Amino acid sequence: MSEAALATVSLPEAAAGAGRLLPVRLEDVGYAVAGKRLIDGLTLELDAVCRTVVLGPNGAGKSLTLRLLQGLIAPTSGRIRWAGTGRPRAAGLAVATVFQRPVLLRRSVAANLNHALRVYGVPSRLRPGRIDALLGLAGLSHLRRRAARVLSGGEQQRLAVVRAIAAEPELLLLDEPTSSLDPHSTAAIEELILTAARQGVKVVLVTHDVAQARRIADDVVFLHRGRVAEHAPADRFFAAPSSAAARAYLDGKLCI
Amino acid sequence: MHDFGAAFGEAFRLVLTADPALVEIVLLSLRVTLTAVASACLVGLPLGAFLAVVRFPGRMAVVVVLNALMGLPPVVVGLLVYLLLSSSGPLGVLGLLYTPTAMIIAQAVLVTPIVAALSRQAIEDLHREYDEQLRAMGMGPFAQALTLLWDGRYSLLTAALAGFGRAIAEVGAVIIVGGNINHVTRVMTTTIALETSKGNLGLAVGLGVVLILISVMVTGAVMALRGTAVRLAHV
Repeated sequence: MSEAALATVSLPEAAAGAGRLLPVRLEDVGYAVAGKRLIDGLTLELDAVCRTVVLGPNGAGKSLTLRLLQGLIAPTSGRIRWAGTGRPRAAGLAVATVFQRPVLLRRSVAANLNHALRVYGVPSRLRPGRIDALLGLAGLSHLRRRAARVLSGGEQQRLAVVRAIAAEPELLLLDEPTSSLDPHSTAAIEELILTAARQGVKVVLVTHDVAQARRIADDVVFLHRGRVAEHAPADRFFAAPSSAAARAYLDGKLCI
Repeated sequence: MHDFGAAFGEAFRLVLTADPALVEIVLLSLRVTLTAVASACLVGLPLGAFLAVVRFPGRMAVVVVLNALMGLPPVVVGLLVYLLLSSSGPLGVLGLLYTPTAMIIAQAVLVTPIVAALSRQAIEDLHREYDEQLRAMGMGPFAQALTLLWDGRYSLLTAALAGFGRAIAEVGAVIIVGGNINHVTRVMTTTIALETSKGNLGLAVGLGVVLILISVMVTGAVMALRGTAVRLAHV
């Protein structure tokens, strides 16, 4: 799982920092279900370069924020502006998401990647080489013919991460990807995330794990009750959080 | 009791000696039914996938109608196809009435709603699991449907199997549009009905045994295939 291996995955110019989509700005975004406002007046700007960690207690709206960014749900109020012009049509390929529980197809490990590459429009002659590179990146080369759904939780999530990377995303959204994994698997996933970030992929990671946030974050967005309670560089956030909610959360006192 | 024993004795003699008349009837039955089921799958599987993936006004009404059509009475289907194919019907010029093709059409009409309704349910269950992932990958409804059809292929075998069971055992529709003509449109079910009415129980029982054996073998093969898929974690 080296950077050299990722380099062979040939991230596009956009993912290397050209920033076609980013920065993205959520402007007074709201999201309500049955009259209940789950996201309420959320305003946030994510730039193209740093690794952003979204922290917050359960129900703060972290996962919803990622789903709004991916376009899986639409804001009920406010708007999301991509590079100031609105979301391009091809953004589905430039924004990739890794979910908390990986959803893998009922196929082999290699076939899962082949399917993703086909969806992303990679010509069939280029796919075998890309699959080899991605499997090498995930450390799954020896499992390429194994049914994806019999892999361990950590292996499944590594496959899900490289499948997302196969999209050559400009923005990689990760929704608590290590929440059910052991420390070894967590370290492997974090290494993949950091490798992708070093190659210029903008990473937005949702987590409950403060220690993980300290390891990954360049900046931290702290959500509380569907709003941004604080958005600050990681060093400043962890040293002296300015919001009472963030201070309580870091002290282990804010559960909901 | 003597008749019962004699009928079974005659039946097994016909089966074990591969009686040419019996073989001809069995082969025609299989040809008609397998073609009808294949045709029904060609229409029913994409239709089921479409209804599972795409949301449109009136979708629920279509689903309700489709589910209701699973219980189509075979004689009604036979009558409708007869009216279509009869010399005064809109498709009469094709001259298909009392041919195996007419029987295939009737069985396909009967089986398509079964395949479509069962596949819609199976694919909808799978779609619930895959939906966000596939949309996050930027896939549209058509691409999603193709992926779901492939990943649900072992579950969809059950839909095809249900269609096969319905078609192979069906008598009302094929006797109306096929006419039960010897060496032309005589299949197992219609022959059983005819030979029983004539008192020729040997052939009738023999065909009944073969019919049951075919159903058991096809079901067994499908279950074995699904079992293999489960072992390989593809289900």
